[in-house]
Amino acid sequence: MEREKNITKKADEFLQIFKKGEEFTQELLKENEKLRFRIAQLEETIERSGDEARIKLYEDRIKTVEDELNSLKERYKQVEEENKDFAVKYIEVEEENNNLANLYVASYQLHSTLDFNEVLKIVLEIIINLIGAEKFAVLLMEDKTNELVPVATEGMSIADVPKVRFGEGIIGTVAKEGESYFSENTHREGSAPDDRPIVCIPLKIKEHVIGVISIYSLLIQKEKFSNVDYELFNLLAGHAATAIFSSRLYTQSERKLTTIQSFLDLLKEKPRR
Amino acid sequence: MPNILVVEDSPTMRQLISFAMKRISNSKVVEATDGVDALKKLSSEKIDLILADINMPVMDGLKLVSLVRGNPAYKNIPIIIITTEGAEEDKKKAIAIGANAYLPKPIQTQELIKLVNSFIGG
Repeated sequence: MEREKNITKKADEFLQIFKKGEEFTQELLKENEKLRFRIAQLEETIERSGDEARIKLYEDRIKTVEDELNSLKERYKQVEEENKDFAVKYIEVEEENNNLANLYVASYQLHSTLDFNEVLKIVLEIIINLIGAEKFAVLLMEDKTNELVPVATEGMSIADVPKVRFGEGIIGTVAKEGESYFSENTHREGSAPDDRPIVCIPLKIKEHVIGVISIYSLLIQKEKFSNVDYELFNLLAGHAATAIFSSRLYTQSERKLTTIQSFLDLLKEKPRR
Repeated sequence: MPNILVVEDSPTMRQLISFAMKRISNSKVVEATDGVDALKKLSSEKIDLILADINMPVMDGLKLVSLVRGNPAYKNIPIIIITTEGAEEDKKKAIAIGANAYLPKPIQTQELIKLVNSFIGG
């Protein structure tokens, strides 16, 4: 009986211990669950904070790339503007180059000969080919008569161009004052070679006028004068004048030389007879 | 190297056109003073393009164009007519006898270079 009581007591004690153990185990399991949950939370937090950092990093990168893109766009715009400027400048330089070539050729040709008739021919060529005039005349000053006399024409005969008194009409006034005349209407009706040219250029050596170029009409395709035409008019005013004057002097002196030479030959021959 | 034959009686125009042609890379200019001179140059040099004036002594540009087109050896050479005549009928006449293009004087250098390049592929 006593033994049974002991066994029962021990069994109770064991059950108590077992219950406590069970409770402890339950508590441990609960604690374990809590810790797992906490770990999961922490892991999630860490993961989230990692994503945010990555997002932040990507955002920064995107911003940098966007800034670079904007800067490149800005630079591209600037380069495009510069290109446009260069293109405009290139066209200007090309035009200037062509104009200079025209002026060079005109000047070169004018001074390429000392033959008076050739010089006149070259003046006509320049006015036809480089300026685009259809009817015009070159008149030179005759000091003895105080008149401007036509010496070369294009598109009409010399007989059709009247002599002009110095200081009279447009042509005479241009010769007297030494200032070019440009009519406002370059394609005037009835372009007869009267005293109403559309352009009249004095041929000047310094301030001394030796003649004029009088243009009465332009070629049908020549609508208006360009900048290089005015440059050519200026060039003709000076260079054509010098070329005409020098060649005339040279031709005259050549003629005189021939006469003197013939005279000397004649004198040399006389004593022999 | 394309050879360009410039047929012009005016030395001023010959020099001016030669100047312009120098700006076409690798081109060589052969000059002739009239149609007869041009035919001589055609027989002695290989020509890739002809630039010819209409009004010339001895043989004019239109006669030159018809002779060039009638010769099997030269008939495919492009010809550009440069002249003072600016009327539409003159242009039609030049094209009708075989010119490839027509440029009225006074010539615009850029326009001439562009036209020449369109034939010699510069």
